Amino acid sequence: MSVFTIEAGLALLGLALLLLEAFKPDISRRTLGLTAIAGTSLALVLFIFAPHDNASLPGFIQPWHQLDSLALFYKGFSLVITILVLWLTLECAPYLTRFTVDGKLAEMFSLPLIVCAGMMWMASARDLVTVFVALELVTVSFYVLVAFARKSAFSLEAGVKYLILGALSTGVLVYGIAWIYGATGTMSFDGIAKALANPATSKTTALFGAAVLLCGLGFKVAAAPFHMWVPDVYQGAPTPVTAFLSVGSKAAGFVVLTRALNAFMAEGSIIGSEIQALILVVGSLTVLLGSLPAMFQASVKRLLAYSSISHAGYLLLALACRESARFDLSSGGVVAFYLATYLPMTVLGFLGLGLMRANGLGEDIKDFTGLAKRNPLLALLMTLSFASLAGLPLTAGFLGKLFVFLGLADHGYWGALSCAVIAAAAGFYYYFKTILAMYTTEGTDVPALTFSGPAKAVAGALALAILILGVYPKPLQKVLTSDRPAVVAK
Amino acid sequence: MSVLELIIALPLLAALAVWLGAPARAASLGATFINLILVFYTAVQYWGKTGLAFTHSRPILENPSLSFAVGADGISIILALLTTLVMLAAIWQIQDRPAIFYVSSLLIGGGALGAFLTTDVFFIYAFHELALIPTFLMIALHGRAEPAQRKAVAWKATIYLGAGSLVLLAGLVWLVLEFSGGSKLTFDLEALRSQARLTPLPDAKQAQIFFVLLLGFGSLVSLFPFHSWAAPAYATAPTPVAMLHSGVLKKFGLYGLIRIALPLLPHGAHVEWVQNALLLMLLGNILVMGLVTIHANRLDDTLANSSVMHMGYIFLGIAAGTEIALKGAVILMFAHGISIALLFGLCGRMRNQLGTLEYNKLGGLATHAPAFTVLFAFGTFASIGLPGLTNFAGEVMIFLGNFTEFKAGALTNLQWTVILALWGVVMSAVYMLRAYRGIFHGSPATGLFMIDPAFSQRVPFIFLATTLLVTGCCPWLLLNLMKSAL
Repeated sequence: MSVFTIEAGLALLGLALLLLEAFKPDISRRTLGLTAIAGTSLALVLFIFAPHDNASLPGFIQPWHQLDSLALFYKGFSLVITILVLWLTLECAPYLTRFTVDGKLAEMFSLPLIVCAGMMWMASARDLVTVFVALELVTVSFYVLVAFARKSAFSLEAGVKYLILGALSTGVLVYGIAWIYGATGTMSFDGIAKALANPATSKTTALFGAAVLLCGLGFKVAAAPFHMWVPDVYQGAPTPVTAFLSVGSKAAGFVVLTRALNAFMAEGSIIGSEIQALILVVGSLTVLLGSLPAMFQASVKRLLAYSSISHAGYLLLALACRESARFDLSSGGVVAFYLATYLPMTVLGFLGLGLMRANGLGEDIKDFTGLAKRNPLLALLMTLSFASLAGLPLTAGFLGKLFVFLGLADHGYWGALSCAVIAAAAGFYYYFKTILAMYTTEGTDVPALTFSGPAKAVAGALALAILILGVYPKPLQKVLTSDRPAVVAK
Repeated sequence: MSVLELIIALPLLAALAVWLGAPARAASLGATFINLILVFYTAVQYWGKTGLAFTHSRPILENPSLSFAVGADGISIILALLTTLVMLAAIWQIQDRPAIFYVSSLLIGGGALGAFLTTDVFFIYAFHELALIPTFLMIALHGRAEPAQRKAVAWKATIYLGAGSLVLLAGLVWLVLEFSGGSKLTFDLEALRSQARLTPLPDAKQAQIFFVLLLGFGSLVSLFPFHSWAAPAYATAPTPVAMLHSGVLKKFGLYGLIRIALPLLPHGAHVEWVQNALLLMLLGNILVMGLVTIHANRLDDTLANSSVMHMGYIFLGIAAGTEIALKGAVILMFAHGISIALLFGLCGRMRNQLGTLEYNKLGGLATHAPAFTVLFAFGTFASIGLPGLTNFAGEVMIFLGNFTEFKAGALTNLQWTVILALWGVVMSAVYMLRAYRGIFHGSPATGLFMIDPAFSQRVPFIFLATTLLVTGCCPWLLLNLMKSAL
């Protein structure tokens, strides 16, 4: 079975679940949720054992689709995050249904499958048309998901904001694509790279097109100055959706960004150095505008939203560093590595938030007071997640940041490096402020906090992933470099 | 599996077990005791040997080349001994405290062991950070002050040490970029060292990198003027944390300078502007902090400030860079670690029993607590540098190490510094003896009463005092471990 068939099957399963819920209204959400999880897990297993070369794809799709190590990595990544989000939705269901119109969650189980298919498709995109269609599949589904808890004014507000800004950014993106097509006469990434290497191509047109396209993508990945929507939307959306947005949607945006920048900044590109300068500036701005406001947040969910902006900034800075001869990972590889480490720590953080919500607690830092006393295990796991997000050595988060810093230092981008270091220092402050709250004991005669066995298992697995990636990242690096020629010594 | 990996893993695993519900005291003491035996075993095995031993490496990333590599030379083993000795005492003296005291002590000790026994720059850095986190948390959560005040103290330490760590990271990354060779980035200290021998950097550049490392490592060791976090932090920290941080973890910065900065940048410390800057800063530690300490009117303030002051002597050994001075610096690191842990431990007990540490309220405690007084006297005299206790051996070696080349009438800046620094010894004598006399002798203060702790509670302190006496009378026990280490 080819990888493409699996993706198509996943989208079909999503549709089937949607119809099932419409025609059999009495079906329990547990059945729906478990079916969705089982289907996605099956897809993951099939995906692992499916042939991983371009020739295995059906002929008609081959011009649009590619299966390089980056694509394969992001496909696996999408499947894993979708399974986790579906499970998290099921875990938070009793709490979530209080805010839905008919007390049901059907679309919360079917739409993620469609999002997942969209993300998997996007990972393989060879040209801007595929990118656009796949991106819309993802974004439109997210419009629904964000506004899903309709009885909550926050969720509605978030949905409207996301819809308006998302639609606007789509428009900008299409506009950019049109200009690129005008400048280069092609939509495919390979063709664009080739056309940009040709000195006869109009530099101004291409540069304008690329810049507008990057603005459009900047909205999707929340790069400054297009990051304003993130805190409100993340805070308003149901927690599982926030996790999905923060990990899945961001990863999808970065695949596209990696591909686009690989084309724009390819060897001999006439706009390469300008685009690189642009990305460096945007990346430096993003880390600072994400990290510094995060220091003043009272709500942990908003804090995580700002931190996710600053993480996007690190990823942009990684993309600005092209290949280094002394480094085995390409800039795309560093981004993929960073995202792989970002997944367990972010999901674990949101899982903790979800579990606290399910126990009737709020999402503010003060609600974390005394968590260590109420549930030592949950406090330990959340500590690990936040420490890793802050970039504490021996956790996954440190390695990702280290690679970014090493890349910047190796290329001598000292200005960007100092911004990144300042942001990392601020990160230590706000994450540890939250951790400190967890272990504070004053005035906490509060009842113990419980969570289910499966929740323990999933949280434990995520924590283990953080530690393993932090101390033994070699296998992941192998996956990301599998189709790269060995680095040649200078 | 190398025995060193076991030594690093044991406290960390014990910490996890205690957090998840294992009996706190038994598990912590058991793990620490086994660890002490293991470290003794490595010291005996290493006896008389030279170079790096017990090496074992597990690659975790190929390019940039990163590996979990352990290995120990004499300095590492001496510091590992220091760590396990202080850990055992610190954990032993905990009484009626929640499990988090044991967990944090194990984590700080385990992190320090990791930093001293790994030979990959990445892990050396990482383990030290791991040990810092529980230090901050414990000061903020269980410090001995009002919540708002102890949080402020903890944040101050966090900001200073966090900023210091970032500067340090920058310096280490700079080293890695310079010494990795053309084809591959490596974090392996041995590889970096051999590259540094092969292609040394020009002196001017060495000086720049050395200075960055000096600022980074220096702020971790409370080098003047980056010291102001230290005294309030130690005075506020819960007893085991104060013992472990001032006794052990703070030595990490000095260890880093001796193990990483000096071998890779052999001329860095001797370029004139760096040397003069270092000498000025360490004189700040010795003379300025000495005067500050004399003015302290509480025992915990005196101890905390004196601990900042004594770092100046160790920096003096590093500034000299001669073999004898560096060995003296290592011995003084060991000696200071044991003696300050002993003093902080006793100080904590006094606070628990008396509720105050202000000199004008204390007096005459020797009448009812003779054993306690004797133990405190050991710490006092060690801290002053009385011959027969380890600190003396270290200080003398550092002072003499600066005079290996001596021309009367043409003293170098270093030698002038030594002459000025000797006044610090006088200041130590003034404040420590004054504290000792004021607290233990004279007429008993009204309303304050203290008796000797039970024997089982004296054990950890007897243990530290004995260590001071044994290594003080026979410093060759430590010197034999450092035959070639420098």
